[in-house]
Amino acid sequence: MTDAPPVKARGLVKRYKEVLAVDHIDLNVNVGDVYGFLGPNGAGKTTTLRMALGLIIPTEGTVELFGRDPLHEGARALEGVAGFVEAPRFYPYLSARKNLELLAALVGDGAKRRIDDVLQIVELIPRAGHRVGGFSHGMRQRLGIAAALLRRPRLLLLDEPATGLDPGGMRDMRALIRRLADEGITVLLSSHQLPEVQELCDRVAIVDSGRVVYEGALADLRRQGGAGYRLRTTDDARALEIARSQAGVEHVIGTPPAPPGLGFQAEERDVGALSLALAQAGIGILALTPELATLEDLFFRLTEANGAGGENAAEHLEQVP
Amino acid sequence: MSSVAATPTVPAPEAVHPRRPSTLTAYRWELRKLISQKRTYLGLALAVILPLIFVLVQNLHNRQGHDRGNIFASHITQSGLATPVLMLLFLSVFMLPLIAALVAGDIVAAEDGNGTLKTILTRSVDRGQVFAAKTLAAMAYATIAVFLSAAVATAAGVASWGFHPVITFSDSVVPAAEGLLLVLAANACYLIPLLTVTAIGVLLSTATRNSAAAVVGTVGFTILLFILAQIPGIEPIKPYLLTEQYEAWQGLLRTPTDWAPIAHSAWVCALYALPALFAAYLVFLRRDVAGG
Repeated sequence: MTDAPPVKARGLVKRYKEVLAVDHIDLNVNVGDVYGFLGPNGAGKTTTLRMALGLIIPTEGTVELFGRDPLHEGARALEGVAGFVEAPRFYPYLSARKNLELLAALVGDGAKRRIDDVLQIVELIPRAGHRVGGFSHGMRQRLGIAAALLRRPRLLLLDEPATGLDPGGMRDMRALIRRLADEGITVLLSSHQLPEVQELCDRVAIVDSGRVVYEGALADLRRQGGAGYRLRTTDDARALEIARSQAGVEHVIGTPPAPPGLGFQAEERDVGALSLALAQAGIGILALTPELATLEDLFFRLTEANGAGGENAAEHLEQVP
Repeated sequence: MSSVAATPTVPAPEAVHPRRPSTLTAYRWELRKLISQKRTYLGLALAVILPLIFVLVQNLHNRQGHDRGNIFASHITQSGLATPVLMLLFLSVFMLPLIAALVAGDIVAAEDGNGTLKTILTRSVDRGQVFAAKTLAAMAYATIAVFLSAAVATAAGVASWGFHPVITFSDSVVPAAEGLLLVLAANACYLIPLLTVTAIGVLLSTATRNSAAAVVGTVGFTILLFILAQIPGIEPIKPYLLTEQYEAWQGLLRTPTDWAPIAHSAWVCALYALPALFAAYLVFLRRDVAGG
């Protein structure tokens, strides 16, 4: 069981009457991954996480955590697994410490002894005696992380952990997640905040309309998205015309008035040919810089392609140079 | 969290199988949650205040010389132990089922609505354990409400009219000590239908996912049975209505003790309670927890 991957989902489907919330999702989260689970609101991320935690029953398919199916093995399948779905919820009439004591009791395994440590990690020691009902959203998010850490998890499932936090809170939350990952915890991070995923994750699955439209390494995705270039010249208007007529140079866009220059995508050899063509036309190159596609670019290409998502979106990405 | 780097080491990831908590642990925490909620005390306050009001009013009434011709006054003034019997007679019909429903109808639905059900179901306890803990806690609450009411009624009655032999429903007189035991036993007997009401409350709480609907539904169900019992021609099924079992405890206060209604109540209540609990258990095990 210990060699089994932290998360393995196969053909996961969840249907609510006429609504297909999750449509044959496959996921593969490996040990040590910080795995981004990306998608627009309503794409099926939270439903998938709920199925992974055994909170809702799949219509079809299976999901295993370290080789165990929560549907069949109940709480035993959640050994070494922690996290929260949507906002973490606590008993508002109990203090933060009492909430953690309750959860520690339901965790067992001496979790109660770790309460002070986890409160300190999320810096809630000064508010430990206060009722959770008076906590801000950010404090509840942090308490959610603390509650998860009580279980000494090998896998953390976090659903939009930075949602609703102010910029400082978001930065701190990312730092905490990075730190947890560095200490050996596999993290499955559901988010629609692209900078967060780009900063934290090494592998991603992008879901749209309940289907996975990409799964793999983030670096591979960005390579697939195609290398782009930004060009500044002594005469951007003429350079734009030349670039558009140059073979192998595609997706040429002018960006005046600000920032000056133009953008395009091309293979390296075609960039060389374009440079020569510009020189022959008497246009000086002020700057020519390579640019990788941002996750945001790729995300929108995948999720908005043909307005349909699914395989069409993946095909669209493959077509991009 | 600005000084994350200076904070303690994250607890080491756990690879071995940890010892899992028992149902008793989950049950204890259900009780602690009940103790921490104001709603809990609303029901208990009703259970305490009503006997006190009754005793106070009867005392004032008697001082004004209005006891003649008052059947309650003539009986209760002979022994303080008559007060808990009379209160059980009054409260057993509506008030105690309402108090039991307040918690039973809320115990699953409220957690579902607040999203805390998902919090506890993603720990190391199985759904069956959580269900058992919640059901036992709701039943413990109903039990406490009954005995608290009886204790207050007994204390107030004895303080007002003394610890004297008490007259049973068969007009025989039993010594005070025996009377006290009979009061305890009568309340214990009444728990049979009340815990059945609790089981129905837990079922509605689990199935409706709505506290108000579950509480009102539980009380409404008992009212419906009362109305049914009044319909002419319903006599053949009347002995099998849950509400008819509310009076079974009176068999204990007859001489000799009439065990027949108590035994009848036990199996009739089982016919209501066991399917309700089984259905609630199945719903709880198979339900999607999507609230919160």
